[in-house]
Amino acid sequence: MGLENKILVKLKSAGFRLNDKWLVQGVSLQVEKGKIVTLIGPNGSGKSTTAKIALGIYKKIDGEVEKYTNKIGYVPQKISIDWTLPLRVKDFMILTDNLDDRTISEALSLTGVIHLKDKNLGDLSGGEFQRVLLARAISKKPELLVLDEPVQGVDFTGEIALYELIKKISEDLNCGILLISHDLHTVMSATDHVVCLNGHVCCSGSPIDVAKNREYKALFGEQASQTLSIYEHKHDHIHTSEGKIKKN
Amino acid sequence: MLDDFFIRALFAGIGVALVTGPLGCFVVWRRLSYFGDTLAHSALLGVTLAYSLEFNIALSVFIISALIALILINLQKRTNLPGDALLGLLAHSSLAVGLVVIGFLSFIRFDVMGLLFGDILAVNVNDIIIIWIGGAIILLVLKFIWKSLFASTVNYELAEAEGLDPDKAKAIFTILMAAIIAISIKMVGLLLITGMLIIPAAMARNISNSPQQMVLFSVIGGLLSVIIGLFTSLEFNTASGPSIIAASLFLFILSLLKIKQSIKLKN
Repeated sequence: MGLENKILVKLKSAGFRLNDKWLVQGVSLQVEKGKIVTLIGPNGSGKSTTAKIALGIYKKIDGEVEKYTNKIGYVPQKISIDWTLPLRVKDFMILTDNLDDRTISEALSLTGVIHLKDKNLGDLSGGEFQRVLLARAISKKPELLVLDEPVQGVDFTGEIALYELIKKISEDLNCGILLISHDLHTVMSATDHVVCLNGHVCCSGSPIDVAKNREYKALFGEQASQTLSIYEHKHDHIHTSEGKIKKN
Repeated sequence: MLDDFFIRALFAGIGVALVTGPLGCFVVWRRLSYFGDTLAHSALLGVTLAYSLEFNIALSVFIISALIALILINLQKRTNLPGDALLGLLAHSSLAVGLVVIGFLSFIRFDVMGLLFGDILAVNVNDIIIIWIGGAIILLVLKFIWKSLFASTVNYELAEAEGLDPDKAKAIFTILMAAIIAISIKMVGLLLITGMLIIPAAMARNISNSPQQMVLFSVIGGLLSVIIGLFTSLEFNTASGPSIIAASLFLFILSLLKIKQSIKLKN
């Protein structure tokens, strides 16, 4: 295997169960250096859970995770920070790594929030905080970036710019990116590999393959399929309320 | 001239304040006030055991407090009771058992008040050595686990995902809590140790806007509390623990004035 496609993290039919309910199961995927893998799927389909399995946050899992790097940047979907902590943006930037002031400023400039460097984290708006989260994740020049809905709450023009930035980062740092988004159109263009989840892997492949896939259309409905796929399909399985899958 | 015992008390108090400053910040950040109380209450049992077995007090308190912490973690896993109920259960039952054991030790002259509220007269050179060496070890270990502990205090998943070890840091921090209670029990007394941890840190929170600043102000606040408290204690012949805590309360009230000012400035 060449250096170009060094595997950073690999899931082998991984799954996670909480109180006897499967949040996600049977997920196999791998993120390679310089590649962007995007997870899509409806709410509650196990996208965030899959990311947390890949990151090693969930430990009692089914299947296997193989991690080949420790240089990881993570933007979680939800983050609740306790305001008993006096924390400025620049304190938050060095949370898990020791970075010099220039590196911090560069990362904050990239995501367009350099002016917030000395502000208290509690005073930021949702979109501003999201940009800080992204800056923090990329500032440590990680080999693997895991971005869970990284542009939520960011205004429309900012959203496009941030996706451009993510694409640029993957090229500049040559890092692997595991991206989660419900924002299909923007995501598809930059992605190398799409995994479509709904409690399990419904379909996966290149964006074009997935867009053509019948499963994809079933998940995202007519509108999405009109833009990305014109293919008809039928289910080979149904989802029960406990998160189980029944074959037809 | 100051008496020898007073110099000793000052040395001991300064040593304690240097350690309670940073630890207290984590107690406030991680909302562990009642956890600290529980460990402190269990310390009485440690002291009585030390007396009855003629064992070193600090070591005995450390062992009992660490044991109570372990029991708590275990109970949390095994029962469905909420955390605060378990804390109350352990705090009061260990305090009660401690007091019952004292009743059996009628052959020893026992200064219960000194135990509960601290006694500067009781501080000897040995205690100072234990405080300074124990304190230095606590601070060293804290520095070692700082990154993991702090990152997981802000957000557990971020810390875990990015290669730190929050679970280990938390376990070690629990042991450090038991240790600070063990070395400071003679100074402040077991009912007021948590005050020494929380009040200077709370004061510091009011006047700081970064974690490092809060730790610094917390240490300074603790030192001032000890010095003011001990001088008051000497002057008015009051118990050292309450005097120190009252002094820290005074500083906390002063810090509120600063908040009022900055709110005015914002508006």
